[in-house]
Amino acid sequence: MADAVCFQTIAVLADRLKAGELSAVELMQAVIARTRAVDPMVKAFNTCDEADALAQARASDARRAAGQARGLLDGIPVGLKDVIAVRDQPLTASSRMLADFISPYDATVTQRLKAAGAVLWGRLNLDEFAMGSSTENSAFGPTRNPWDLTRVPGGSSGGSAAALAAGAVTATLGSDTGGSIRQPAALCGVVGLKPSYGLVSRYGLVAYASSLDQIGPFARTVEDAAILLGAIAGHDPLDSTSFRTDIPDYRAVAGAAPRPWRIGIPKEYFGEGLDSEVAEAVQRAIAFYQSVGCEIHEVSLPHTSYCLDTYYIIATAEASSNLARYDGIRYGHRSRQADDIVGLYEKSRAEGFGAEVKRRIILGTYVLSSGYYDAYYLRAQKVRTLIRQDFLQAYGQVDALLTPTSPVPAFKLGEKSDPLAMYLCDIYTIGANLAGLPAISVPCGFTRAGLPVGLQLIGRPFQEADLLAIARSYEQAHDWHRRYPTIR
Amino acid sequence: MNYEAVIGLEVHVQIKTRSKMFSRVAAGYGHEPNTLTDPVVLALPGVLPVMNRAALDAAIKAGLMLGCEIAPVCKWDRKQYFYPDSPKNYQISQYDQPICLGGAVEIELPGPARNVMGEHRTIPLTRIHLEEDVGKLNHGAGESLIDFNRAGTPLMEIVSEPALRSAEEAFAYLTSLRALMVQGGISDCDMEKGQLRCDANISIRPVGERKLGTKVELKNLNSIAFVRDGIGHEIRRQIAVLERGGTIVQETRDYDGQTGASQSLRSKEMAHDYRYFPDPDLMPVKVDEAWKARLKAECPELPFDRQRRYQTQYQLPYTLTSVLIWDRPLAEFFEAAVAAAGPHKAQAVGNWIINDLLRELGQARIALAEVKVKPGAVAALVELVENGVVLTNAAKEIFVEMFATGDAPAAIAERRGLKVVPTDTDELEQWCRDAIAGNAKALAEFKAGKDSAINAFKGPVMKSAKGRADPKQVDATLRRLLADS
Amino acid sequence: MSSVPHIDIDHVAKLARLALTPAEKEDFSRQLGDVLRHIEQLRRVDVGAVEPTAHAFPVHNVWAADEPQDGLPVAAALRNAPAQRQNMVAVPKVVE
Ligand SMILES: [Mg+2]
Ligand SMILES: [Zn+2]
Repeated sequence: MADAVCFQTIAVLADRLKAGELSAVELMQAVIARTRAVDPMVKAFNTCDEADALAQARASDARRAAGQARGLLDGIPVGLKDVIAVRDQPLTASSRMLADFISPYDATVTQRLKAAGAVLWGRLNLDEFAMGSSTENSAFGPTRNPWDLTRVPGGSSGGSAAALAAGAVTATLGSDTGGSIRQPAALCGVVGLKPSYGLVSRYGLVAYASSLDQIGPFARTVEDAAILLGAIAGHDPLDSTSFRTDIPDYRAVAGAAPRPWRIGIPKEYFGEGLDSEVAEAVQRAIAFYQSVGCEIHEVSLPHTSYCLDTYYIIATAEASSNLARYDGIRYGHRSRQADDIVGLYEKSRAEGFGAEVKRRIILGTYVLSSGYYDAYYLRAQKVRTLIRQDFLQAYGQVDALLTPTSPVPAFKLGEKSDPLAMYLCDIYTIGANLAGLPAISVPCGFTRAGLPVGLQLIGRPFQEADLLAIARSYEQAHDWHRRYPTIR
Repeated sequence: MNYEAVIGLEVHVQIKTRSKMFSRVAAGYGHEPNTLTDPVVLALPGVLPVMNRAALDAAIKAGLMLGCEIAPVCKWDRKQYFYPDSPKNYQISQYDQPICLGGAVEIELPGPARNVMGEHRTIPLTRIHLEEDVGKLNHGAGESLIDFNRAGTPLMEIVSEPALRSAEEAFAYLTSLRALMVQGGISDCDMEKGQLRCDANISIRPVGERKLGTKVELKNLNSIAFVRDGIGHEIRRQIAVLERGGTIVQETRDYDGQTGASQSLRSKEMAHDYRYFPDPDLMPVKVDEAWKARLKAECPELPFDRQRRYQTQYQLPYTLTSVLIWDRPLAEFFEAAVAAAGPHKAQAVGNWIINDLLRELGQARIALAEVKVKPGAVAALVELVENGVVLTNAAKEIFVEMFATGDAPAAIAERRGLKVVPTDTDELEQWCRDAIAGNAKALAEFKAGKDSAINAFKGPVMKSAKGRADPKQVDATLRRLLADS
Repeated sequence: MSSVPHIDIDHVAKLARLALTPAEKEDFSRQLGDVLRHIEQLRRVDVGAVEPTAHAFPVHNVWAADEPQDGLPVAAALRNAPAQRQNMVAVPKVVE
């Protein structure tokens, strides 16, 4: 029973719920059983509230019985990265700083999922404050890759990717600042979508780098990602950076007949550092698109080599400011060692934050400090303009860009101890954040060792519908998404 | 040696909005601690700011009143420093693109006498920017308690050029600025409630020297009188230091208005590095001509412009205008009354307003908006006096009753029998005959050519008339009867 | 500025209100040096006439009308406060 529903898609489960073959409570019970079985090994969940989830599921069944079901997501278990606020639930950002924090309010995406009838299930692990690419930086211990428990699930939304890949939830939300949805999706063999900046409200998302952060879905299929995106996208008056744009029926558009898309292959994304098995898998995907009549163009994004530096300046500067509020005064960890106010700040923050967070706060503080603003932050913002122009220029020729998502498949826990080596995990994903573009990672094969590989498609601003359609045409011709890990 | 002071003022004015600068929880004063907060005000994880349009309107309006250039585009920056009253540990403010640039405040210095206009000066402004207020710390024994009700209240920071030269000028500057903000409906500027707060940068230099001296920042000047006293004290302190051969240390000092002393705030000496950068959570503001025009239409006439107009249009004396212009409702009341009475009666109307109306308002402790007496009634009262229907003393009585009841002055005069007795009545003639008959000595003197002897009859006539007789009429009647007798 | 400037780690840590151990100071200084050296290549980009990007999709005048809405009840506002008294958040005495 458990596996029969635990690895099903939203689309299939919605049909079965609608047909009365399955109740939301039965589905939730199966998911709870699966979570209990696998999470002691995967460790994707920071916390989960079984009673609350079952109550939500009962409410869903009651709505359905009363003929008031709210649509495809009604009764579907959806997990949230533990940086998305849910009223009266913990919100830890996987930090000791917020270990005891209970949110008194809902994020906008949370409200929208509740309104859609989704059953919110679990607070999912991440790299502390979303800073990392392996989920090893969590204060509560690392999450493991369900395909190989000795390896990382990627990050920072590693819990969201691993819980889904492990069958412990039907779909999840993560957040993506430099690749934090797409990279773990690739490493865990699931679909991960980072929407255009401003498509999904950030209200209630614990901020890492405000000008780059976006919430997006993890799902088993592109179709499921489209369903989830449809539920959370759209203008929010509580987020001043939220964009006013029409929200189409993403699922319907993504399911439409394939078109002869023009696909660009940025040559800068296939250079040094790219694992050969990843490269082969991505090349086969390119060949697939060609075989179904898509035009393939080699394009150039000449400022690609500056993406990583630009990202680290902008992201750390913004983070140093966003994380100033964690001071142990109104909430959060307060040091017992402090006897004056300055000591309270310095010690609470020293005890509350982990090494990577401190490192980024220090870097961000440094690049903003007196005398360095122009040389670092302002210059990075200008280079960001050039990076953005590269992409927009390419879209004169092509509908989407196709690249590997991650240069390497899942690596071993502890393998990348040097911060710079870890930062290089994001070289293919950061560009879309800097340019604000929608980008999706779709499974495109496995290495000989059985590790998933993902391909990335980067689309035009706010053209998520096209991006999903392009991704879906690949997915429909392949069955990577039907493989499940054996967890042991 | 003679020294001159160079003073620049940074004035924070709380904008009178219903909700806060970047979230929609109510703004207010005097509420129970921490009852005016929301996730945004408390800077909970995940929250985002959304700016308050009314606060932008208010800042633009202030800029237009002060003759500032309104920036076509302005943006928001984060000013970063850790302080327990600042929930985000950064303040959303405007750094290099403030909403208003330039502008000036016209001030009037004290004249040689109370009834003589003093010299006017124009104090240039550097800028006005918008930002958000912080919470309030209540210091107890061993701990401080934080109330975040005030946090997030919209603030305007109005920065003057270092163009003020004395404590008196600073006093006059704040008097003008406060009147403008109040009259523009931008703020109530109640300094006791912290709605207007002033920091002063003060340096001194020998007269004739162009180079600026080391400046000292004076904080916590929480009344306009304290601003004057504090600056005066600081100028004297600096002169004394230099005279002793000492040097001025760049520092922040706290002035205590009660004791009249200041002390250095040591902990603030650490050089600030605010690490300003553009707030990525907020979009810039574009101000177009239509927006400015709409607000321009809402700007009231400035006090000194009003004063000049009253002087030329109505020939009002300084003593009257200098009262009327600082109180916009009072000036508007005056103008409405003048409109009803006619411009040639402006001075009479003005006298009633600044004497009788202000006295009654003060005694009743109410605001002008609440009074029963209407401008038209004041005009009607002036009319009754000018037409000789009531006498001045009676009119004073009528005013008090008008104020209390809101009744028309003619009705009160009628009801209370305060109208002047009609002319040429038999009654008046009889009173006069009785008075002449009752004072043979005066009659004899008058007949002997002593004209002033007539006055001796007037008292008894007025007594008989209970004061309502028109003195001119009494005089004429007495002379007619004396001539006949 | 052609070489990586010296990092005054104590000053930066003070600004960031982070108490760092001597080992952390040493580690971070070295790692930040590496990162900053890497970042140095940004200086090669000609950004002379380039406008900075502050927002990926900038728009103007995003605001709300001045209409108050309910805030948090005091209990919810102080629910996560490590120390409180008289419905206020308590901290060690702040000396101006
Ligand atoms: Mg603070
Ligand atoms: Zn200020």
